[in-house]
Amino acid sequence: MKKALLLAPLALFASVAMASDLDAKVAEMMKSSFKANGIASLDRQVQDEVQKACSSPTQPDAATMKRLEEAQLATVKWPEAGNYTGGDWQEGARIAISGRGLTWTDKTPDNNGGGCYNCHAMDPKEVSAGTIGPSLEGYGRIRGNSEEIVKYTWGKLWNAKAYNACSDMPRNGFGKILTETQIRHVMAYLFDPASPVNKQ
Amino acid sequence: MRQKIIAAAIAAAAVVAAPQALASEELNFDAYRQMLADGNPAELFEMEGEELWTTARGPKNATLEKCDLGLGANVVVGAAAQMPRYFADTDKVQDLESRLMHCMDALQGIPSAEIINGSFLKGERAKVAALVAYVVGQSKGKPIQVDLAHPKMKEMYAMGEKTFYYRTGAMDFACSSCHSQDGKRIRATSLPNITTSKGAAEGWGSWPAYRVSNSQFWTMQHRLWDCFRQQRTAEPVFGSDVTIALSTFMAGKGNGHEAVWPGVKR
Ligand code: HEC
Ligand code: HEC
Repeated sequence: MKKALLLAPLALFASVAMASDLDAKVAEMMKSSFKANGIASLDRQVQDEVQKACSSPTQPDAATMKRLEEAQLATVKWPEAGNYTGGDWQEGARIAISGRGLTWTDKTPDNNGGGCYNCHAMDPKEVSAGTIGPSLEGYGRIRGNSEEIVKYTWGKLWNAKAYNACSDMPRNGFGKILTETQIRHVMAYLFDPASPVNKQ
Repeated sequence: MRQKIIAAAIAAAAVVAAPQALASEELNFDAYRQMLADGNPAELFEMEGEELWTTARGPKNATLEKCDLGLGANVVVGAAAQMPRYFADTDKVQDLESRLMHCMDALQGIPSAEIINGSFLKGERAKVAALVAYVVGQSKGKPIQVDLAHPKMKEMYAMGEKTFYYRTGAMDFACSSCHSQDGKRIRATSLPNITTSKGAAEGWGSWPAYRVSNSQFWTMQHRLWDCFRQQRTAEPVFGSDVTIALSTFMAGKGNGHEAVWPGVKR
């Protein structure tokens, strides 16, 4: 009995040590098994704080999530002169539809799409929409355009992790996937009453 | 023989390439399956691979008939269903492609570096793909049966599972971002939930596959390479540990389910 009691914490210690050993091995493998190709450099293989915290089937505890979200929110660049939605929804549609950019076959890190349709329904007429994210059909019509909702949506598009640290949605502004101007176009696509997103 | 295979391949490619012009996004899969009922074009690669297995090649002018895929030299039937596996002679866990690469190097003198540094669908790497087609063709309808008992297999599996959830790259994706929920789609494409045994078997067991959208035969190494591309990471090295770890995880998770390889895919 005494022996078993002594051994139990040792075994626990060993398995914890092995788990962190494994984490270190995986992090090393994520570098050593890859090579840089064009714009896809090896620094892509190193995790930042959010990526690291959200790399298991279960997300971190509530306090950690909150701390991460606050740090991510602080990275959001709010629009010049409060111009949230003054973009061109037609440009926004093109950006939402295009999923191209940032792979090792792309020549430049600029002119990317937002890939929104990979994960979201937006224009109700578009049948080929992904389902990883919630439907955004009728977004502006349903949500309205209060300062609160417009600001939240800008923040979500700039850095989705500011509102859900382990979101599957990419950080468009923070990650330099989209520019501020592009995000404004997508905002117009979501909020403009003339946008097909808001037509029934 | 070779001439005939190539002629047949061209004919098959022409048949399947035509409807591609219509709408690649909304393919009618049943129509394809119907069209392919007479023969999966992957069979042409199987034939090429079978011929390669018994053809003396490389600086050592040898065949692959001494190659041991885990069940003994020259035993091909059922071998793919049990890979990846631990091989004592290399003291490594190897998937089918890295094992073939090892055999080509050891028996035929074809340097692995040539394959690792090559490109998909070209040169010796294309030869590996044809050999893969032949070998998996000899495990048709077999249940996936990967032996995870060896400590190195256990470790590879554990590393593969961790890698599956490892978020990194320009869009923060992990494999799990796209493959950990039931019934999800990217655009119109359904994604298997690889965190379930059935979903893992569906993903693992339907590659290598003939892709009708581009008339190409893709191995699992090729499939994973393209998923990493979509994940916006740097480029995975052919046959590297990360590819073996993920393969061991998916195959091990899918244990017991039937494999349908070589598959036919969009
Ligand atoms: C890889 C998948 C993915 C992509 C690509 C993606 N999103 Fe999302 N998005 C999600 C998920 C998942 C959620 C819900 C979970 C969360 O983040 O809170 C979400 C949430 C949202 C929300 C909040 C919805 C709400 O009800 O509060 C908005 C708005 C949104 N996305 C817009 C976009 C736009 C616009 C784009 C393109 C620029 C885009 N998303 C690209 C996955 C994605
Ligand atoms: C951004 C989304 C995305 C990510 C991230 C991703 N995949 Fe995929 N995966 C896809 C899509 C889309 C397909 C279907 C492709 C097709 O049919 O052309 C697919 C197909 C597959 C398949 C074949 C499934 C089948 O039934 O044919 C496997 C296996 C797979 N992925 C494994 C992985 C692994 C392992 C990772 C992590 C290294 C990964 N994927 C990361 C989107 C993704």
